[in-house]
Amino acid sequence: MTDMPLKPAQQSRLRIFLDSDIFYMFKKSPVAILSTIVVAILVLSAVFAPLIAPTNPFDPASLNLMNGFTGPMTPNAFTGDSFLLGTDDQGRDVFSTILYGMRVSLFVGVAAVLFAMVLGITLGLISGYVGGWTETIIMRTADVQLTFPSILVAMLIFGVAKGFTPVEYRDQMAIWVLILAIGLSDWVQFARVVRGATLVEKRKEYVEAARLIGRTPFAIMLRHILPNVLSPVLVIATISLALAIIAEATLSFLGVGAPATQPSLGTLIRIGQGFLFSGEWWILLFPAVTLLVLALSVNLLGDWLRDALNPRLR
Amino acid sequence: MSHDVILEAVDVVKHFGDGGNWLSPKPPVQAVDGVSLKIRRGETFAIVGESGCGKSTLARLLMRLLEPTAGNVLFDGAEISHAKGAKLKRLRRDMQFIFQDPFSSLNPRMSVGKLVGEPLEVHAPDMNADDRRAKVAELLRKVGLRPEHAGRYPHEFSGGQRQRIGIARALASGPKLIIGDEPVSALDVSVQAQVINLLGDLRRDLGLTLVVIAHDLSVIRHMSDRVAVMYLGRIVEIGTAQQVFATPRHPYTQALLSAIPSMEGTSRDKKPAVQGEMPSPSDPPSGCRFHTRCPHVQPLCKSQSPKLHGQGHQVACHFWQDIAMPPTESAPPNRSDRAEARFALYRAATTGGTVIHQDKKATTERT
Repeated sequence: MTDMPLKPAQQSRLRIFLDSDIFYMFKKSPVAILSTIVVAILVLSAVFAPLIAPTNPFDPASLNLMNGFTGPMTPNAFTGDSFLLGTDDQGRDVFSTILYGMRVSLFVGVAAVLFAMVLGITLGLISGYVGGWTETIIMRTADVQLTFPSILVAMLIFGVAKGFTPVEYRDQMAIWVLILAIGLSDWVQFARVVRGATLVEKRKEYVEAARLIGRTPFAIMLRHILPNVLSPVLVIATISLALAIIAEATLSFLGVGAPATQPSLGTLIRIGQGFLFSGEWWILLFPAVTLLVLALSVNLLGDWLRDALNPRLR
Repeated sequence: MSHDVILEAVDVVKHFGDGGNWLSPKPPVQAVDGVSLKIRRGETFAIVGESGCGKSTLARLLMRLLEPTAGNVLFDGAEISHAKGAKLKRLRRDMQFIFQDPFSSLNPRMSVGKLVGEPLEVHAPDMNADDRRAKVAELLRKVGLRPEHAGRYPHEFSGGQRQRIGIARALASGPKLIIGDEPVSALDVSVQAQVINLLGDLRRDLGLTLVVIAHDLSVIRHMSDRVAVMYLGRIVEIGTAQQVFATPRHPYTQALLSAIPSMEGTSRDKKPAVQGEMPSPSDPPSGCRFHTRCPHVQPLCKSQSPKLHGQGHQVACHFWQDIAMPPTESAPPNRSDRAEARFALYRAATTGGTVIHQDKKATTERT
């Protein structure tokens, strides 16, 4: 009988979600539905790239140099092979490289945002709850960092980290360094939002009540304040996912990001732009359009989420 | 007078603010200024006063939520005003608090079961989840809620029910003393009585000591054994509820009492209530803090601050003997028939019997 009270609530989680305002607003918004579908398709095709892609572009054995510069949907003059989106200079199928490149882009984007989120939430909670000198140091650091363009910060971190990595590990480490660099350049907004929300929540009586019960400051931050500051964090996380993907593409485009052996969409665009004026437009255009669609739909989803969770904008 | 004292405050002072800086000097707010009181085991002790008189600050000082600027707080004979660590944790178990606002004092993201179980998690970490759930169910039943409410969230409850959740939470750690900061003032009048009765029952059944902070005198009169009246950070009168309500000695208490609306509508020709506003606690008047508003003010009041004096029924006024009010009758003489019928119903309700409406007239009068 002790278990009884909890069951009804747990069983109806799905029901509660389907009845919720958020889901209702979701159903009402064509933009949200469309961008969700697009994001879902792109993410799924990135995750299942090995199953979907016609060739593995990074397996040298499957490449035929004779297939280089094949146009989209046109058979190759020498081999007769046809490719949906054409091939690049080394005969790699552009469609397959996009799928694999999107994998890298999404992985770096998600991991960087998660890293920025954990860092930003932790520092924001601490500075908001503890206050005093701790807060001053953390938030001034954030302010200083905000005065630099985040891409510059990321490049700086990337360069410094690369300097410390042994040459033979550079290509392997590049992805992780990229995540670190983007994450470190992105934590500020999480910290600011969480600090602001924490300042509001900490004045509420339930925090005082938790102190009265004998909870430690750590438990109060983690169990009481954190769940109450998470909804703005969710919005920022979605929007900064789009920004992180773009940041990664920018870094890779500039040649400081994902290496050519493990190309992301940005690397593909960089490779492609070399062939733009010689007429092989597809090597550049298709990765660029994919990046655009991916970033745009994630961004639209984030915008919709912000509006949906903010009662003042309804 | 050899009562067992559970909580004692000795000359407790709390000033807020550091005085600003040299560019903009700000005098500190003297929220509580030299309060001493003794709370006896098992009694219901009430602290009353206007808003801003420092009663909530005093409650937080007694609870060790704030550290006093000066003075001591003793719980069970041990100094607690600067307690930390394990000592503070033990104190949190023995002393609990009921908040004024049942809407902001419960974390909206936690289910009732979690909220009520939280003190158990802190103070009885060895208890397993099943035992804890059983204990939560028992606590919920004790405060008049149903055990199956444990799975719900605070927003699904009314104000009175939420206050019951708050009480269950306060009871969970098995405290000896509960301080309620205006525990019923945020509730509807009809619900206030239920919660007051619940607190009274729990005090009796569990042998608790209750300290109730309130500005509503009718609430205090109903439930407390002893009453302290506060004005501008100081206690002006302490006595049993009977003494304070029937023979108020301090002019401030007299003014507070005359401001209670009477059910018979005969209070209009009583002496006028105090005029004006309460002075700022950051710049309190010299001498007796009440002299700016006191109808009986004398030159002495402006220079010399009166001490609490007297045995049992103590008062801080130089001239209380001269201005004592004649004892008010407990039952005013001429009640109308309607009032008489209503009181009969109240009496029937409080003695616990089921109220049976005698005739149609009584029913219409109630509604």
